[in-house]
Formats: sequence, C-alpha cells, structure tokens
Amino acid sequence: MAKKSFVGEIIRGIIKDNPVFVLVLGLCPVLAVSTSFANALGMAMAFTFVMLGSNIFVSLLRKQIPPGVRIPIFILIICTFVTMIDMMLEAFLPPMYEALGIFVPLIVVNCIVIGRAEAFANRNPVLPSIADGIGISIGFAAALILLGTIREILGTGALKLMMLWSKEGELGFYPLSDIPGFSFVPNPITFPIEPATVMVTPPGAFLTIAALMLLFKIMSDRKRMKQLRKEGYEI
Amino acid sequence: MIETPGLLPTENLFPIFVDAMFTKNFLLIMFLGLCSYVGLTTNSDTSKGMSMAVTFVMTMSAILTWPIYHYLLSPASIIGKDLTFLRTICFILIIASFVQLVEFIIRRFSPPLYKSLGIYLPLIATNCAVLGVVLMNIQEGYTYGASIIYAFAAGLGYSWVMLATAALREKLIMRNVDLFSGFIGAFFAATMVALIIVSYFSMVKL
Repeated sequence: MAKKSFVGEIIRGIIKDNPVFVLVLGLCPVLAVSTSFANALGMAMAFTFVMLGSNIFVSLLRKQIPPGVRIPIFILIICTFVTMIDMMLEAFLPPMYEALGIFVPLIVVNCIVIGRAEAFANRNPVLPSIADGIGISIGFAAALILLGTIREILGTGALKLMMLWSKEGELGFYPLSDIPGFSFVPNPITFPIEPATVMVTPPGAFLTIAALMLLFKIMSDRKRMKQLRKEGYEI
Repeated sequence: MIETPGLLPTENLFPIFVDAMFTKNFLLIMFLGLCSYVGLTTNSDTSKGMSMAVTFVMTMSAILTWPIYHYLLSPASIIGKDLTFLRTICFILIIASFVQLVEFIIRRFSPPLYKSLGIYLPLIATNCAVLGVVLMNIQEGYTYGASIIYAFAAGLGYSWVMLATAALREKLIMRNVDLFSGFIGAFFAATMVALIIVSYFSMVKL
C-alpha cells in the first residue's frame, strides 16, 4: 500500500471510506440509537473506543496471528474492548448504559470493526492503523450524529445539544448550556416546525437514512456528470 | 440475591410470541441483522434460505446459551461467582462454534440443503440478530421454555419480514424500477413494511 500521511488516512476514513454511507456497514446501531443527539453521541464514543483499541491491538499482533484462525482472534480482541466499555458505561454513565441497551455488547458483531481489522489493521503498522481507526470512527460518528440530529429535530421540533461533562463530581451527559463557556446556547433549541412523531419511530429511521443516501447519490452522480462533460462527453 | 429463573415457562407466552414476531420485530423495530436484510432481499430464494438458517441457529443458540449463562456465569450459579462480564465473549464463541458444527453436519448429511444454505451459514455467526436474541433472553430474565419460544418467534419474525421485503423488491426490480435494486431501495422498502407494523399495532392494542 502506498505511503500516506497520518492526516490523509483520517480524511480517507471520513469521506472516501465512510463506513455508513459508502461502505454501508454496521447499520444496526446507526439506525437503532439515532433517536436523539445524546444517544448518538454516547454510541459514537463507545464505538470509537472499541475501534481504536481493536485496530491498535490487531496491528501490533499482525505478525503473530496465524492467517487460518485470524477471524476468531479478531473477535476475541474486539470482545475484550467491548466488555471493557460495557463495564465502564455501567459504572460511570448508568443512564447512557440503559439508553444504549444491548447495542453496546453488539459492537462485537459490528461489521465495521471486524472489516477494518481484516482489511486494514492486519496489513499495516500501528500508526496508520490508529489513523484509520480515528478516521472511520469520525465518519461513523458523523453519520450517527447527523441521523440523530435530523430525527430529533423533525420528530420533536427541538434539539437538545448534550455534552459529556462532569458536574459536581457527577459524570454524565448535560445540556450544552450548563457547561461554562457555552451558556449562550439556548436549551433546547426549538424549530418552527410541526413535530412528526413518525420520525422518532423505527420507520422514520429507515426513511431518514434512505433519503440521506439518495441525497448523497444524487450529489455524487452530478459530480460525475460534470466530470464527464468536462472531458467532452455529450450527456 | 439473584435467583435462577426456572426451566418451565411461567410467563404468559402469547405476548412474548407477538412481541418477537411483530411489535418488537428484530429487523424492523429493533434494527438487528440489517446487513443480511439489505444484502439478500433482492432475491426471494436466497432470503428464504437465509431465513431458515437464521431461525434454526437462533433457536439452537437460545437452547445452548441459557443453561451456560444461568448455571455457569450468573452469580446464582453452581460456581457462585459473578462472571456475567464474560457473557458477550461466551455467547459469541458458542454461536460461532455452533454455526461451524451445523455447517459440518449439513454438509455431511444433506448436500442439497448445504448447497442452498452454504454461503449464508458462515454469515450467521456474525449476524447481530442471533447475538441479540440471546442477550435479550438474559436481559428479560426469561425462563428456559420462554427463552426458546422467544428465540423461535424472533426467527419467524425475521423470516416473514425478509420474505415480504424480498417479494416487494423482486417485483419492483422486475419492473425495472432501478432504484429498488440498490441499498437505497432496500431502505425505502423497509420504511413501507415498518410503517405497516407500527401503524397497525398502534391502533390494535393486544
């Protein structure tokens, strides 16, 4: 593989290899926990932890892992990190643990994590693997938060921006307006639209992701048409 | 003190069955196992094969994992230590090795079935619906009987949604509605089927 810069790897993970919109992998948590901004943020953080941990360890062990049994070994490595984040969430952020439910243990079978271990970390040194992990995680988080934000705004007519913060020694997700320095942010931000409850129900999730994918497809098609016209094709 | 749930079902089984099949459908309401849903519903034959395989593996893994959790890992077990943090790793190993075993058995005894299911069997090990079912069984604290019923009903729920969507998409692809051959079409089809369930069960209270 050609030598790439650290930042280049990160950007590739966000745009060219975006796990949700381009690779269409690991959709289950994206659709299930994107009911609100806060849930999406919590899931994105848990995912980032697992993704980075698994990429680093698979990459460190890549010369020791026998090719024949690599998938079970990847799963064991991933499972270790999933168990860690599962226990940490249960101990430090019980409300988030309740909200995410079985989707934290289910990161084990998330195709993105296994896919990156197999396709990238198993073949590359540690530093590019970290970059890949960061990029893929940001790409995943962006998709998740985008979906969560859209669904919360259309479904409830308001948006509650939340942030992980420790207030009076209590770690938790608090509204952004409660955090010093961000008190100018209204809580919640209201929008002048009629809330459509269907958007926070499961069909709304499918509809939102279908609409977003259609939007991205139209955009990339336009770009290609422009490129072809520039090259002199008549379309 | 945590008590081990009994073997025979003491719950009312009808709500569990309806929940798993419709109101908490694994594919459309809980969003589990979507990779295979999006990938395989372009063809009704492949989705039939996959549904059968998933239903079978779900039921069997519920049968296998319940005793292991309640008699080995839970604090109320014979070991008497809280090993519940090992549940994810145990379940995934059990499911993966069971799928491997099923593959060997089917290949040995029924080559035609193996041919039709062959490529989907290994996929099931990393299907989140199967792991989801066994985790839900533990989370809800079902008895042994109820957990098997729940897993079987979840498999049936998975199957009918797979077949319904495959029928919808296959017909639209045949009519050259190009949009329905890709991922986007799968999600639009899913929206339709999910709307049916959600709106029907919001009116009909069981």
